[in-house]
Amino acid sequence: MLAITTFSGLLVLLIAAALYLKARPLLGIHKLGSVILGSTWSPSNGQFGLKPYIIGTFWVTGLAAVLAVPLCVLAAIYLSEYAGPRTRAVIKPIIDLLAGIPSVVYGVWGVIVVVPFISDVLGPYAAIHWKRIPFLAAEDTTGFSILAGGIVLAIMIIPVIVSVADEVLRAIPTECRYASFALGANRLETVTKVVIRKALPGLVAAVVLGVSRALGETMAVLMVVGNNVEKLPTSVFDRAYPLPALIANNYGETMSIPLYDSALLTAALVLMVIVLGFNILARVVLLRAVREGV
Amino acid sequence: MRRRVMETCFKAITCAATGIIVVILLTIIWAIAAKGWHTLSWALISQAPTGDYYMGGGGGIANAVVGSIYLGVGATLLALILSVPVILYLRVYADGSRFANLIRGLLDVLWGVPSIVIGAFGFMIMVYFGMRASLLAGIVTVAMLELPIMIRAIDEAANIIPRELDETAYGLGSTKFETAVRVIGRQVLPGVATGALLAFGRGVGDAASVLFTTGATDNVPQSIFTRTLLTHPGEALSATFLKPASTLPVAIFQLLNTPFEAVQNRAYGAALILVILVLSASILSRVLSASLGKHIIR
Amino acid sequence: MTTAIRKENMDVNHIKIEKLNLWYQGTHVLKDINVGIPRHQVTAIIGPSGCGKTTLLRCINRMIDLFPGTRAEGRVLLDGFDIYERGVDVTAIRKRIGLISQKPVLLPMSIFENVAYGPRIYGAGGRKKLKETVERCLKTSGLWEEVKNRLKEPATRLSIGQQQRLCVARGLAVEPEVLLFDEPTSALDPMSSMRIEQEIVLLKKSYTCLIVTHNIQQAIRIADNVLFVSEGELVESGSAQEIFESPKKAFTQAFIAGSM
Repeated sequence: MLAITTFSGLLVLLIAAALYLKARPLLGIHKLGSVILGSTWSPSNGQFGLKPYIIGTFWVTGLAAVLAVPLCVLAAIYLSEYAGPRTRAVIKPIIDLLAGIPSVVYGVWGVIVVVPFISDVLGPYAAIHWKRIPFLAAEDTTGFSILAGGIVLAIMIIPVIVSVADEVLRAIPTECRYASFALGANRLETVTKVVIRKALPGLVAAVVLGVSRALGETMAVLMVVGNNVEKLPTSVFDRAYPLPALIANNYGETMSIPLYDSALLTAALVLMVIVLGFNILARVVLLRAVREGV
Repeated sequence: MRRRVMETCFKAITCAATGIIVVILLTIIWAIAAKGWHTLSWALISQAPTGDYYMGGGGGIANAVVGSIYLGVGATLLALILSVPVILYLRVYADGSRFANLIRGLLDVLWGVPSIVIGAFGFMIMVYFGMRASLLAGIVTVAMLELPIMIRAIDEAANIIPRELDETAYGLGSTKFETAVRVIGRQVLPGVATGALLAFGRGVGDAASVLFTTGATDNVPQSIFTRTLLTHPGEALSATFLKPASTLPVAIFQLLNTPFEAVQNRAYGAALILVILVLSASILSRVLSASLGKHIIR
Repeated sequence: MTTAIRKENMDVNHIKIEKLNLWYQGTHVLKDINVGIPRHQVTAIIGPSGCGKTTLLRCINRMIDLFPGTRAEGRVLLDGFDIYERGVDVTAIRKRIGLISQKPVLLPMSIFENVAYGPRIYGAGGRKKLKETVERCLKTSGLWEEVKNRLKEPATRLSIGQQQRLCVARGLAVEPEVLLFDEPTSALDPMSSMRIEQEIVLLKKSYTCLIVTHNIQQAIRIADNVLFVSEGELVESGSAQEIFESPKKAFTQAFIAGSM
């Protein structure tokens, strides 16, 4: 039993190690810095720049965070401060159900609903009215865009953020709230001035956990984001090519070009490191927040 | 007065945010159901695709449906075989120790690894052993994906079991092993069932991990419950597990990527099937956890 | 059930409780309480543990609303105005009737901000006025000298006795009329307890004070009036002298004697 336990714990380290081993051939030739910052990905020409893909990942994830966070925090506040036990008993399972929907299904929904919406409704509107606003300029958009990816991704990370944020808020002892109420504050004031202040580290951690989930999401984003890196994105209506999509789309061809598989595994390693970095950061913050209790 | 108005507004806004989330969920399920409902038919599930299925020809997605079930069940079983000893060890032998916390932490980190990375790792293992894309490779990969989910779910159930139970067992002369297997093991069974269902739902719905490990094929996986299993077990098993198999997520993706609308509609049908499968597992796990939970000692 | 013994008119009673009944999740917790709380005096509530003293306190400033499953009937009159009337602004009630709990609970802010919290909500003027208010309240609660140079520090750095005095200052800052104390010294050491007691005696000049205590000695030291509550009922009430020297009920006498 001990053996299996140790093995399961080491699995994650094994994965990292294996990725690194496979990535070394590439990293022996091209330095890590040039791979991460290189702007061209053309393996047949020996160019392995991941920058456009990393940027694409951050665009989509960033947009998803911007869309999801306000909604999630407000909903978590409602669930922990206002909703009665019966409401919670109904709504929490529904939100968890959202978490169970497979990635491909989100992708399908994105293709059926979001992409046409952007290409037929939002895109033309933005082309006329939002020309001047920095990130929202739209020329001809097919709907397959960072915006589509961001919307789908935002919905996918809602359950994560809401459930962690809700737990964080409920962990704040009620005495704090009572002290505020006893001074004549109403719930809005108590929540914004006392509860959120205390819960802030935990709430940040919830968001970071959601972001780390978003960074690694492959299928759904791949299906709606356009998968194109002709130019670096300047607006949410542009297409992008996030890192997971790169790996997924090209894995079939690894055998034909030298160093291709090594390159993709480097990409996988980079992705893993970024995701785990966020993940561990969030957990450390959560742990400290819990320990300092008060 | 103004304060009262602001408070009411705030309450309304937060309530609206929650409502929006619920509505979003319902819209998604509704959209999939509405689009996929027409294509649902017994033929869809029971027939394998013909040669030109992806161009509009006849057939169904039995290859994917059966493939997914084989994959899901196989991976969940494998993960189960690995998880239960881990749970028992953590709960009985290493309870509360720093080692246990370390392992839990590492497993949490494993949970966070993107499924595409797990898929890539699975692919590497596959190549290392000289295997080709196959059901077995997929099972192993998805099992790795399911492992942290299952362990966490069962672990929570195991944690509720009061420590006094262990002490009682020791007091009656049990060894740690006996306590682990006979006492805790029995108590934790409901948690095992719910954890398994939860992990199954996750495993069956994931595409990125099976993309290169399981491949795709028009053939329905060979049933292992044939006579050959008894006479030539090696052949029977390899016929089933060492061949590539299609899975629902991959099939949906492929169908959707064709330029033919009729074929795309099949994707919606397949998506609906997948959603029903996953949500059923999820709901069943919840129901089980509630009902079986009545009988365990707290 | 004895009613208030003093023959006064309403003016002397700052708070008048009439036929107050409270149910908590079906259990009848407070049974038909009728009593008056005199203005600008210290009234102590004594009685066996867990018999409704704190609950009674919470009914007076409507903190009881925050506990789900409670139902209250009856009237609590603050200067003749029923605080349980429909549509009343609960936060305004709590501004007029402050509560200091057993364990000091600090808001996650600096010392200054803790005290300024209440006034800020009520829009009490600019920075200068706020500073004056904070200083005044900290002085009244006897904490000013110890913290005047570190107002911006987090409140958690104070000792528990200081924290309790901070809570008192915080409660004073909203300018209430009534102060409720729920066993204010039970978590403190004797020195700090004494300081709090001294303050309460000083505070009664400007505020009506109502104190729940299970320390009979304390009640004897500082109370002008006493309410003896047991099992949700008001057994006896009257001036401190009456209750401690010649209680009317045997139960009261037994309790006081037993607690000495």
